[in-house]
Amino acid sequence: MFEIGLSHYLTVAAIVFTIGVFGIFINRKNIIVIMMSIELMLLAVNINLVAFSTTLQDLVGQVFAIFVLTVAAAEAAIGLAILVIYFRNRGSIAVEDIDLMKG
Amino acid sequence: MVASLAFYLFAIITVAASVMVITARNPVHSVLFLILAFFNSAGLFILLGAEFLAMTLIIVYVGAVAVLFMFVVMMLDVNFVELRQGFLDYLPIGGTVAFILLAELAMVLGGWIISPQAASSGAAPIPADLTNTHAIGRILYTDYLYLFQGAGMILLIAMVGAIVLTHRRRKGVRKQVIADQIARRPEDTIKMVKVESGKGI
Repeated sequence: MFEIGLSHYLTVAAIVFTIGVFGIFINRKNIIVIMMSIELMLLAVNINLVAFSTTLQDLVGQVFAIFVLTVAAAEAAIGLAILVIYFRNRGSIAVEDIDLMKG
Repeated sequence: MVASLAFYLFAIITVAASVMVITARNPVHSVLFLILAFFNSAGLFILLGAEFLAMTLIIVYVGAVAVLFMFVVMMLDVNFVELRQGFLDYLPIGGTVAFILLAELAMVLGGWIISPQAASSGAAPIPADLTNTHAIGRILYTDYLYLFQGAGMILLIAMVGAIVLTHRRRKGVRKQVIADQIARRPEDTIKMVKVESGKGI
């Protein structure tokens, strides 16, 4: 119980990842919270990578976590930029209104 | 013992803050709870011995991404109450999917073992005599140089893309045109007038 091992960290990461997926489902209309849920999922992935990196004594996991961080930052910047111009053009960011492409 | 308590503290606050991110009524509160979650997972990273990544997480996520979210949430004049309608409609399907995913992850967690060869096959073993930052720098700038440059390129493209997307030309705004200012000559604009005394111009 008091000895913290790899599985404790994996459990936390699994719970946070699930919360991220759950957040996408229950906030179907609010795209900002959906993006925050994606950030939570990426955070869970990073926790996994770092936990395995420490357990296996291999630095590559941490290097890869840095790259995941980079992509997450770029994704947030582009996503929010698209959101801002969409709001400027349409005056709404409700997800069900975003159907111009009929996808 | 202290490390265990610290782990449970950070882990519980991370999970609780994550739950609040997706359930908070006000998106500003969501962003603030996101910041809390990131801070506490930085604490988890420090417990794992990844100090550099913990600091990067705080700088990148709290300092840049969360502030960006905050800007957008506050800048957009959106009726967020309207966006929350149907919150309960999606609860059953979302709960089902989340439960299935969690059950699957739990099964994976309960059933795996690390291969005995895994410990010796590490691509970059953590050196014992270097700090974490020093060790990461050693392999990031040598073995992973191209990937590192690629990551920088992704950030550059994201930056250019965000600027191009959100930049707009507004009509009726007077801006400084430096070329016109430099091209102006005194003879074009100044007229010398000989004024006789006692008369106006």
